Parts: sequence; structure tokens; C-alpha cells
Amino acid sequence: MTHVEADKPGMHQEPDAAEASQTTASAPKRRSGLAEFWYYFSQNKGAVIGLCVFLAIIAIALLAPVLAPHSPTVQNRDALLLPPAWQDGGKAAYLLGTDPVGRDVLSRLMFGAQFSLFIGVAVVVLSVSSGVILGLIAGFFRGWIDTTIMRVMDVILAFPSLLLALVLVAILGPGLVNAMIAIALVLQPHFVRLTRASVLAESEREYVTSARVAGASRFRLMFVTILPNCLAPLIVQATLSFSNAILDAAALGFLGMGAQPPTPEWGTMLAEAREFILRAWWVVTFPGLAILITVLAINLMGDGLRDALDPKLKRS
Amino acid sequence: MSDIVLEGRDLTRHYEVRRGAFRPAATVKALNGVSFKLNAGKTLAVVGESGCGKSTLARLVTMIESPTSGELEIDGETVTKSSKELRRKIQIVFQNPYGSLNPRQKIGDILEEPLKINTSENAKARRAKAHEMLSRVGLRSEHYERYPHMFSGGQRQRIAIARALMLNPKILVLDEPVSALDVSIQAQVLNILADLQKEFGLAYLFISHDLSVVRHIADEILVMYLGKPVEFGQAETVFADPQHPYTAALLSATPMADPEREKKRIPLTGELPSPLDPPPGCPFNPRCWRAEEKCRIEMPKLEPVAGQEAACFFPLSVAKSEAA
Repeated sequence: MTHVEADKPGMHQEPDAAEASQTTASAPKRRSGLAEFWYYFSQNKGAVIGLCVFLAIIAIALLAPVLAPHSPTVQNRDALLLPPAWQDGGKAAYLLGTDPVGRDVLSRLMFGAQFSLFIGVAVVVLSVSSGVILGLIAGFFRGWIDTTIMRVMDVILAFPSLLLALVLVAILGPGLVNAMIAIALVLQPHFVRLTRASVLAESEREYVTSARVAGASRFRLMFVTILPNCLAPLIVQATLSFSNAILDAAALGFLGMGAQPPTPEWGTMLAEAREFILRAWWVVTFPGLAILITVLAINLMGDGLRDALDPKLKRS
Repeated sequence: MSDIVLEGRDLTRHYEVRRGAFRPAATVKALNGVSFKLNAGKTLAVVGESGCGKSTLARLVTMIESPTSGELEIDGETVTKSSKELRRKIQIVFQNPYGSLNPRQKIGDILEEPLKINTSENAKARRAKAHEMLSRVGLRSEHYERYPHMFSGGQRQRIAIARALMLNPKILVLDEPVSALDVSIQAQVLNILADLQKEFGLAYLFISHDLSVVRHIADEILVMYLGKPVEFGQAETVFADPQHPYTAALLSATPMADPEREKKRIPLTGELPSPLDPPPGCPFNPRCWRAEEKCRIEMPKLEPVAGQEAACFFPLSVAKSEAA
């Protein structure tokens, strides 16, 4: 093999030397790991706001026993359906008013955050882990395994999600844990489909082939080579599911199939208060707002998370 | 010669193609009886137009796919399904440098992955090797921490080459390694390949359709047409004196940067026949200007002609001597 003559003398190294001096001059100092992640995450203002709100909610949930002015379950006969403190007839002791049996709404919301966040985390972990593994298997092995998994997922998707969750809860028995299992099962086909689609697209790429030539095992190919490249849509879907899980749990609670009274779960709170919607707006508005704010914060955060984890969006 | 590192014997690879519910599946003979030998430190170029089975050959040789029939011998050992150890001896560089590097891995991780999988070296040793290899291919240490999308095509191709060399293979399969690159970058990459070949005593299986590149780097040339080799020989003799009409036509189609030179283009009519339904006899006969009745019936074998090998009943040198 002979040397090919380059067009210009010295061009062998020149182009990237020039390029390199340019990049080192303008590039911000190389950050490692967490610092780098934070740098890119903080570029997205919405995501930072979402994170702050989310952290605040977590803090409230954890510190509920300390922060809450009242017990979430103690009923006060002297203070039935009190309006919020700033309205006529409101008392400063019950900042957001009381519910029909005289429990403090604020305290119940604080303790309710514990349940709602737990539901969100547990459901997302359950459905993401099972969904991603099934999707990876289906997309990687193809053939009859793929067909079997995907048809089962189609069956699950064919039912309206809340109806299916209701049926499952009816079978398993009402309760928070059973409701979470049901919701996880209902949300999981979305992850399977998303993962499978990304895996199908990615496994055709040459870097997968070169990992195979390097001797990578199936397990390594699936989880180390292919999976990280399928993450972007999964992260978004996971955050959406987090909010979905909270909403579905609230819906199940509303229908009396989720958390059982007197558990201060947000959806159950809505359900218990529905008779008083017209008379006492605060009993439904505040739990509703709590759900809304949490869901919004998580979605904003998910957006930023996806961008920060995508190396293609990073500059030098 | 005793230092044959790679030998293919009658390799074939057929693919089943479904043609809908009411027609039987068809067989595509992507590779149909290819034999070759590759010596240590040498470059064997495989040339031919699109669809002639070049890339299929690369996939067989690198054990990405297994042959339908035929034998492959790497470094004296026959390849079987379980020969994992042999993987270390043969690595591949792909055509598209934008697709062959994992976008989620840093360059360092890409380079270390083969070591991680195949050796028990610790992280420090792997890191040192990766840094060393980076400098070998003309990149700098700080590139270790970067992601593939921060590099240009030529740089990426050098990273791909570096990764292929991490396990100290004996054979490197280069599947059109420079065709996706700008011409000025091509020279860069080819020079690096030449240096590395000298340094490590690598054998290259160089797959290309670019004859001007092949002319520079090949020691031997294997010309393929429709899954079959049609001519094989030393690079100089094949370029100077092609025996198979197809080779001659292929060579005449290479553009030359010399306006003074007389152009004797041999125009070929027709398309490459469908590999689903190859013509009987010599696969080249519908497009060959020398084809006779025999070519349409019988398949010519690769036989020695004038210092090289050609699969043709009427090789060009015979015609010349007859005319003289």
C-alpha cells in the first residue's frame, strides 16, 4: 500500500489542528458528570422552575408531620366547611378552610402529597421498567416473541385505560396498592411500543453492528448499546405517565376504588367533596390545584431532563 | 506463501425474499461461490458495482452473518459459530462514519468497549491504550472526553479505525472506508491506513467501487460481478492488462485527471441483472460485447490467464494474440 499524495503539503494534520484551536478557545471548561448535567439542565428555565416546584412538593410531603397545622384525619365539629382564611367567616387557624367533616384542607393536602408522589413514583418505576424490558425484547429478537408481546399490548391498549384499571381494581380489591398496580399495567403498553419502535430503528444502525463485531453479548447490545439511544422519547413519556398516574389514581380515588377514606389522597379528597362543589368551592379547588401544579412541574422537568441527557444538544 | 491470515473457500450467502402471500419465496444469491486468500500485511481490494456482493462478503468475513455454504479460515482456524476468540483477529470499518459511532458514548468509551468486552484489563490500562490509539490516528488526548457528533467525517472515520485496532486484529475489513468522505479527507484517511498497515503488519480487505483509490492501495484485486468473482490478480497487472471484459469496462469508466489522455471508454449497455433471476451461463453475458453462444449456456470458471485469473471463455489477452 503506497502513500497517497495529499493535495497540499502538510494537510495531513492541518484541518483538525485549526479546528481544535478554535474549539478550545471558545468552549466552556469541560465539566464532568453532575456538573455538566446541571449546566445543560439549567439552560432550560421552565425545567428549573419545574424542578424547584417539584422539590418544594417533595419537601412538603416529607415534612408534612412538622408543617401541617392539624392532623389530616381529626374532625373538628366546630369548624365544618369553613372558608379559607381570607374570606368572610374564615379562621386563621384553617388557612385553606375545612372540609364537610371539619378537617383542615391544608393539612390534608400536605399529607396527600405523600400519597400522590408515592403513587407517581411507584407507578412510573413499575411501568417503565417492565415496559422497557418487554419493548427491548420485542424489538431486539423480532419474530414470534415480538408478535406475541405486541398483540398482548394491543389488547391492553384496546380498552379505555380507566375502565381497565377499574376492572383490575374490582378484581384485586380496592386499595391504594392495587390501584397502583392497575394503573401501571394500563400505562405500560405505551412504553413497550415506544421502546420497540426506537429499538427497531436503532438496531439497524452501524454502531450496533460494530459493537457486535467487537464481541458484545446480546445483553450488552440491548442495554448498553441500544437502550441509551432510545431514551429521549421514553423520558418524556415517563414524565407524562407520572402525571397520568397521579390523575388516574385521583380518578380511581374519586370513584371510590383507590385510596380509602380517611386517607388524604388528592383524588379521594375531590371525590368526598363533590356534593359541596357549589356551596364550598375551596374543598374541590385546592386539591385540584395541587394535582395541576404537581403535574405541570413534572412535565416541565421532564422536558429539560430529556434535553440535558441528549449529547447531541451539547455544544463541544 | 505460508502467512495467509484469511482464506475464503467457495463462500456463498443466499437470502430468502418473500414476494407476497401467493408467490413462493425467492432466493437472492448475494454471494455465489467466492474464494480468496489474504496474506499478512497485504491489501486485497474487492471491487465491483453496487449489488455485486461486496458488502455481503464483508459481513461474512467479519462474522456478522454466517455463510450459507463454504468455509472461512482466519489465521489458520476454521470459523464456526462458536469461534468467539477469532472475532478479536478481524475487525471492520464501515462506510458511513456518521452511523458507525454510538452517539451516546464518549470517544473514550467507544475505544475502550472492545477491550472491556474481550479482555480483563483494568480501567487504567484501557484508558492508557485508548489515549495511545488516539494519537496513532492523529487525534489528541482531549478528544477522549468528547462525543462523536463533535467531530467531522474524517475525524470520525479515524476514530472508527482506532476502535477497530484496539484489539490488535490481524485483519481489517474496510467497507468503503473513504467513499463517504471529501476527496481531500480521503487522502488523509488513506495515509493513516497505510501507516498503520506498516506499523502493525495488518492485512486489509479493502472493499470499494472507487478504482482510483484501489489503484493506490491494493496489492491484489478481486473483481466481482453479481455475487461471483470474475477476475483476480496482482493490482498492477489487472490495471495494466485486464482479462475479463467486465474489468476492462470498469477500468475504462474510471475518471482520469488528465485531459490529454485518450479516452477509450467501453460503454456497457443494460442494467445489472436482478440477482433474483440471474441470466444462464456467464452472469455478464447480456451486457458483454464479446459474448457468444457458449457464454449463454455455460458458466465460466476462474482460471489462470496471462498471469492472473479470470472467469471468461474469451479473455482479452487471447483475442489480442489471435489478432496479432
